[in-house]
Amino acid sequence: MPPDDAQAGTEASARTVAREVVDAAVTRVAREGSGRVIALLAHRFGDVDLADEAVHEALITALEVWPAQGVPEKPAAWLFSVARNGAIDRMRRSASARRRILAAAPELHARGFVTPDPALAFDEDTDAGEEQDMIVDPGSVHDEHLRLVLLCCHPALDRDTQVALTLRLVGGLSTPEIAAAFLIPETTLAQRIVRAKRKIRDARIPLSLPADIDERIEAVLTVLYLIFNEAYLSRGTADAVVRVDLAAEAIRVTRVVQSLLPDAAEVQGLLALELFQHSRTWARTDAHGDLVLLEEQDRSSWDRAQIESANEIVAAALVRMDPGPFQVQALIAAHHANARTAAETDWPGIARLYGQLEAMTGSPIVSLNRAVAVAMADGPRAGLDLIDGLDRRDVSGGSPRLGDYHLLHAARGELLLRADEPAAAVLAFERACALARNPAEKRHLERRLREARTR
Amino acid sequence: MDYMILINSDETMSAPAPGTPGFDEMMGAWMAYNQKLIEGGHWIAAANLQPTATATTVRLAAGAAPIVTDGPYAETKEQLGGFYLVSAADLDEALALATSMPIPHAAVEVRPVAFRPDAA
Repeated sequence: MPPDDAQAGTEASARTVAREVVDAAVTRVAREGSGRVIALLAHRFGDVDLADEAVHEALITALEVWPAQGVPEKPAAWLFSVARNGAIDRMRRSASARRRILAAAPELHARGFVTPDPALAFDEDTDAGEEQDMIVDPGSVHDEHLRLVLLCCHPALDRDTQVALTLRLVGGLSTPEIAAAFLIPETTLAQRIVRAKRKIRDARIPLSLPADIDERIEAVLTVLYLIFNEAYLSRGTADAVVRVDLAAEAIRVTRVVQSLLPDAAEVQGLLALELFQHSRTWARTDAHGDLVLLEEQDRSSWDRAQIESANEIVAAALVRMDPGPFQVQALIAAHHANARTAAETDWPGIARLYGQLEAMTGSPIVSLNRAVAVAMADGPRAGLDLIDGLDRRDVSGGSPRLGDYHLLHAARGELLLRADEPAAAVLAFERACALARNPAEKRHLERRLREARTR
Repeated sequence: MDYMILINSDETMSAPAPGTPGFDEMMGAWMAYNQKLIEGGHWIAAANLQPTATATTVRLAAGAAPIVTDGPYAETKEQLGGFYLVSAADLDEALALATSMPIPHAAVEVRPVAFRPDAA
């Protein structure tokens, strides 16, 4: 640290913008503006890595200069122009380095040992004023922004990479923030992002609208839901079940995607589903961080505004007459969210929806949920018969077997208790406890096991 | 940009024998595919390889004598059986070329070419 740093800090705080105000403003522009700025610069320069690096450098510059200069009136426009200048500087440096190599060894280029660099052909004279205005108007970067979202979920990138890129390039989260949210070392995540950007450049993964856009949208939905679920119920080692920030970020990024694909019913379905689930955040765990089952939750603590908003979104999705699994899941969530008491829950309706979802997805986990809904509607025996059929069935795509799925045994334990077979329920809960990995889930199952033993 | 398309398939899977209608159909499909690559300006080179039973591997290690052994470098279920070297605008175009290949079962790897000494 420079010797006069502390002194400069006191002086600065006396007459300039407070550190927290600047931090909040920078986070805000990173979240709300950086995706569009990266999209526009990536499109303009044909280089995602250059755009991403330039924007992150500009955000660091903002942290340095905003305390003294003040937060600009239009932070996104500021970010665009500083990042654009940074990108041009980088291209100039790279172009002049390239020229030196070519001057020193022209035969390398002639033989193809040095590939042509777009920096050599770069023309910096284009007026940036028009683009700065575009950045301020959220609607105008629509096409470039959509291409960036679709690029992040390109099938040539693996799922973990798609998740990391979506959060970084579309969500505007920093590498440390993403690493913390997913409980992975920062270096691992940083490497993942570097590798991905290198592959995008070297394999030339295009920023274009894919021929089969529906398939790509499906990948985007999967990635968004993975992010949301990671926040909602972590299988990681952290002791807290819910990490509120990541869930909120997932919803925010889903909203961005929804605004870019306003006609996609499934994106609306996903957004509604996320809002319904998020409305119960504070009711899902008690003061000790233990799970509270849906039927035992304090419904007055559910976020009514989120539920109302989700109701409207799911209704708007259904009007499109383009059904899909996320809309069905949103409808199931809507049944729960709109029941005033647990007893009022429309279980026959939920069981029917799970039947539809089962037909759409073929997922045995959906079949398990349907079995529970059937048990609620028609009694525990009906549900237990369905679960017994599932126990030996494999999860599609290979391992793990559903018989090793802790929630199957937890559900069987609950239904056996209701069917007044406590001895069998104890065995089921023991199995569930042995298989559960999330600490809060494990504690809950251990409590149910103790309760079953005293029956 | 140039891409190498490496076709890996299970050699033990039987292909239609020459002289059968199935064989003519298969060859016709490959000819049409090749024609498409040529007309689209994608064609650079291609080869179909003899089975791995004919392969010989030479292990090179600096400071030691080369070791020549019978067989492919790795025994895997799917083996390199042929390749196309194509020119494509971007990965999506190269993947579309790989996807439309007339082969029933294969793992087709698409790799960007870093440089080709024969092409300026």
